[in-house]
Amino acid sequence: MEIGVEDRGNVLVLKVSGRIDHLNASAFHEALTPHLSHCSADGTPIVLDLSGLDYISSAGLRIFMIVAKQANARGGRIAVAQMQPLVREIFEISHFHLVYEIFASTDDALAAISSTTTTTA
Amino acid sequence: MQIRFWGTRGSLPAPLTAADVRAKLVAALTEVQGRSLETPAAVEAFVAGLPFSIRGTFGGDSSCVELIDGENTNHVLCDMGSGARRYGVEMLRRHGPDNPQTYHVFMSHTHWDHIMGFPMFPPAYLPGNRIIIHGCHAEIAGAFHRQHGAPSFPVEFSQLQAAIEFVVLKPDTTTEIAGYQVTPLLQRHSGDSYGYRFEKNGKCVVYSTDSEHRTEQSEEAERFARFFNNADLVIFDAMYSLAEATSVKEDWGHSSNVIGVELCQMANAKRLCLFHHEPTYSDSQIEDVLHKTRRLEEITRAETPLEIITAYDGLTVTL
Repeated sequence: MEIGVEDRGNVLVLKVSGRIDHLNASAFHEALTPHLSHCSADGTPIVLDLSGLDYISSAGLRIFMIVAKQANARGGRIAVAQMQPLVREIFEISHFHLVYEIFASTDDALAAISSTTTTTA
Repeated sequence: MQIRFWGTRGSLPAPLTAADVRAKLVAALTEVQGRSLETPAAVEAFVAGLPFSIRGTFGGDSSCVELIDGENTNHVLCDMGSGARRYGVEMLRRHGPDNPQTYHVFMSHTHWDHIMGFPMFPPAYLPGNRIIIHGCHAEIAGAFHRQHGAPSFPVEFSQLQAAIEFVVLKPDTTTEIAGYQVTPLLQRHSGDSYGYRFEKNGKCVVYSTDSEHRTEQSEEAERFARFFNNADLVIFDAMYSLAEATSVKEDWGHSSNVIGVELCQMANAKRLCLFHHEPTYSDSQIEDVLHKTRRLEEITRAETPLEIITAYDGLTVTL
């Protein structure tokens, strides 16, 4: 599991790749945590680009839930984009599509979040 | 070995309403259109082809599961939810009032949905019957005593005519009981719960309900994978979706279909039975969970397939 970081203006794109399961879920959480501190109502929205994520288990999804709660508590916005079909199915079977905004592409996510951010501002 | 489900609903019995039955009739008759059902055989074949959520129901009684072994004259049961009433009536019908029987009951825990069937369990009222209630909670006897007598029930526990014994088992320790090798395991649930692994003649069934899992803690996941190891059947608490179990219903002590699949795959178990259905779920919702769980198994399968079934009141599984 790896996380690449890209600053796209007023949005932070975190590109997650590999597999997330019970063996590395804690490491995934630790890697995400420093970026979450800026995800607040007047801070930096986050897009999780999952195009490189091959598999996610319940342990990994639990981290996604914790991250969503942390962002929501601060009024921050976080979305996921570009999921592979298998990961998308796992999200839907687990009902995580009810937790996260899901976009077909990172550009779609950026456009949606940027426009909302601009409107809000 | 056979497993018979007498109660499969979680937390509270959930009987069908008249409106539910009517909706099933409407759905079935809608499917008839354009078909010829002029013979009883044609009707039977048509009904058999309907989705289970239309032609049947997953049932409304709370947890009660029977282990059946042709060699065994003792009766073995997991939990005394409301399904125990129907089970007890059947035992009385089958054996009669003058033919004493011995019942071994294994209690996951003593929350009310798991003990509420005992006051309505006819064998408890008949002299000569012996009922041995096994569990790992030190206060198990008190929980059964409390629900008898005023103000909860008109019959005091002391008025029951059967010989009723309580046996406190030690977790992680295998004991031979009623011909089975029985191993309890501590589970995460309010006030604790215990799963049971039953082994006999090379067959294994695990009863693991009312158990919340934190699979991000790899040691805990591996502990359960060992408990489920190579089981022929794992009866698993799949009450919530994973999203619910990790958010609004976190710490409510229950699990999800997703974690059931993962743990059974880790354990190389052969069959997963979704159990302890959420009481607000309709039959079609439970059926939808079954289909999605089968799809999850399919897309995450490593080598050996894991068969997915879902429990309903009246289901018998042969191992």
